Amino acid sequence: MPLGIGCTAKPGKSRNNKTGSWRVYYPVMDNAKCTGCGTCQLICPEGCITGSGKTLQIDLDFCKGCGLCAEECPDKAKAISMHLEDK
Amino acid sequence: MTMQIMEGSMAVAETVKLCRPQVISAYPITPQTHIVEDLASIIADGKLDAEYICVESEFSALSACVGASAAGSRVYSATTSQGLALMGEVVFNAAGMRLPIIMGIANRAISAPLSIWNDQQDSIMMRDAGWIQVYAEDNQEALDLHILSYKVCEDHDILLPAFVCFDGFILSHVYEPVDIPDQKDVDRFLGPFTPYQRLDCKDPISFGMYATPEYYLEFRYEHDEAVKRAGEAFKKHAKEFAKIFGRDYSELVTKYRMEDAETVIVAMGSICGTIKDAIDEMRAAGQKVGLLGIRMFRPFPSADIRAALSNAKRVAVLDKNISLGAKGAAALEIKDACYGMNIPILDYIIGLGGRDVKISDIKEVVKLCEAGKGDMFYGLRQEVL
Amino acid sequence: MVDKSLELFDCGHRACGGCGASAAVRMILKGAGENTIVVSPTGCLEVFSTPYPETSWKTPWIHSLFENASAVASGIEAALKKQGRLGDEKVLVIGGDGATLDIGTLCISGAFERGHDFTYVCYDNEAYMNTGIQRSGATPYDADTTTTPAGVRSMGNSRPKKDLPQILVAHGSPYVATATMAYPMDLMKKVERAMNTKGPCYLQVHAPCCTGWGFDSAKTMEIGRMAVACGLWVNYEMVNGKLESVKKVKRVPVDSYLQAQKRFRHLFKPTRNEEEIAKIQAIADANAEKYGIDL
Repeated sequence: MPLGIGCTAKPGKSRNNKTGSWRVYYPVMDNAKCTGCGTCQLICPEGCITGSGKTLQIDLDFCKGCGLCAEECPDKAKAISMHLEDK
Repeated sequence: MTMQIMEGSMAVAETVKLCRPQVISAYPITPQTHIVEDLASIIADGKLDAEYICVESEFSALSACVGASAAGSRVYSATTSQGLALMGEVVFNAAGMRLPIIMGIANRAISAPLSIWNDQQDSIMMRDAGWIQVYAEDNQEALDLHILSYKVCEDHDILLPAFVCFDGFILSHVYEPVDIPDQKDVDRFLGPFTPYQRLDCKDPISFGMYATPEYYLEFRYEHDEAVKRAGEAFKKHAKEFAKIFGRDYSELVTKYRMEDAETVIVAMGSICGTIKDAIDEMRAAGQKVGLLGIRMFRPFPSADIRAALSNAKRVAVLDKNISLGAKGAAALEIKDACYGMNIPILDYIIGLGGRDVKISDIKEVVKLCEAGKGDMFYGLRQEVL
Repeated sequence: MVDKSLELFDCGHRACGGCGASAAVRMILKGAGENTIVVSPTGCLEVFSTPYPETSWKTPWIHSLFENASAVASGIEAALKKQGRLGDEKVLVIGGDGATLDIGTLCISGAFERGHDFTYVCYDNEAYMNTGIQRSGATPYDADTTTTPAGVRSMGNSRPKKDLPQILVAHGSPYVATATMAYPMDLMKKVERAMNTKGPCYLQVHAPCCTGWGFDSAKTMEIGRMAVACGLWVNYEMVNGKLESVKKVKRVPVDSYLQAQKRFRHLFKPTRNEEEIAKIQAIADANAEKYGIDL
């Protein structure tokens, strides 16, 4: 592929970098408990929580396992839990 | 064609107007100031529809040009000396981003000691920045090189910025007759700016990313290749320029009475005029002396210079700059270009900080060169040393 | 209203897990919308989002140098104006506190004084994080950084934060505000307001850095809320030089905020340094009085 003149590139390429490999803890989303508040989706530093309402999904290709989503999931839901990766 | 007598700075400003830049960003500094003043007046009088950004420093002047050029506008700035030094980081950056910015340089010495007067140390210090550098001998050439540089730099096969260099005061403040081209001819030659790529919400692109070791070397290689291509592109576009405007700049080096010259003087910029007069007098006295003027310093026209010097017996390079601890920039490059030719190439650091160079000085340099004496500062006032 | 469901900052960037700045940038872009040209100075954000060719930016984006983002933005704004694009497309700078409060201040001052129509958002993580947590003009009093290390003869950074928002109010900016990524709705609302205010607007956004400040990556939002709760960070809006809104809080002592971060641990270990903690409490008290944040 020819270089982008002046070190330029079109969007989309960062998805080649699967940051999920960095993870030590992985999140598990319990959709049954989810209230659909959208907090986790809004605050995720990766922007890797997709879907809408109560059917959100965490894209483990990119999730770095920071745990913010689990921490910030409201007390009444606590729909996300963190677990040690078995590597 | 209408010949007019005007100051060099005004001639440049009037010509920049004809190139229709959309954004001009500049900061005052002697001896460039008249150009940006004149451009401000031209815009204030409604003769050019452009945004004029009165920035707070030269650093921001070129930075604003980077932004405006990346957003798809034709841009212009001008500076000199300390202003160029302050821009330094942006100078390298703009070239690496491959933005076709044209910047006039009214050449001036570099501090310390502070000097507002002419030499060419300022643009020469940026020789490694990846810009095209052209040097004008007179005001007509200074203004013509602006038009031509836009054409070369905006060529999608080139995409580089350029310095159009003309000696501060000696050209910038001197009134000479010039032919200011017709707008319709400039429009025909240049056309509107068609950016290769631009910042555009309808077609997003990331500019100025960083390169890891896997890519940096290749980006530098491609940049170097583009600078090298600029020589041929300049020749090609200069031929087209000649057809429209009647002035031919398609040689990257200029030759004066070189046909049988045994001693060849090599120089850049306005000093070439003085040298030509000196040569006429020396020729009249039977001395076989010629001039090789360097119009384009980047890319350096090594092959053209080597060919032009093939019959010379000796070469005197006049450098209005010095790489302290080494030699003048032109001498170093000419020695490289002529490697293996076995002719003495002697360097003379001359005219720094506005020291006047007269016809008698040129004759003295030729005398020194013929005596094998060179690689020296010429014209030192021994009484103050 | 912009469509805040749009994702304009892509996955795969190289920020640390739990990075406050990357979360903030997602929110900032949601507030700004897709018709935004972003300028970033050199810094963490620039580096973690754009190793060639892997850009995370779905908006047009440009990086030139560390200190010139505002000047580059000035040029873009001028070009858009001349091309008749300004308004349909807007210019937004997103830069760190080093680029904003230190090295880029001259360019910012120039651009604000000239009155360009753009918004500058500083994500403030209170030090040079990209180069390894060195002190900046935004580093708070007594913070331990790699260039203001706490030691036998040092309590860390010896100066309080530079108040850039007020400097830019003094430039006549029509909209100057502060926000934190810990209150996303407020942040997005302020970005949207700034983008829709003509002239140069400034927003400084508290963006906790788990790596540089020393806290668990899951606590980024909580640390942000604690800063607001103790009065060391005040969220306000100033419109045409007048204070229009302030987030009021039932203030708690600064202790819990400080104790939650390794950069302040020297204030508590080996023994609690009452004198220094009192000085930091005094900064919070002064903030509270100046902005009237106490409920």
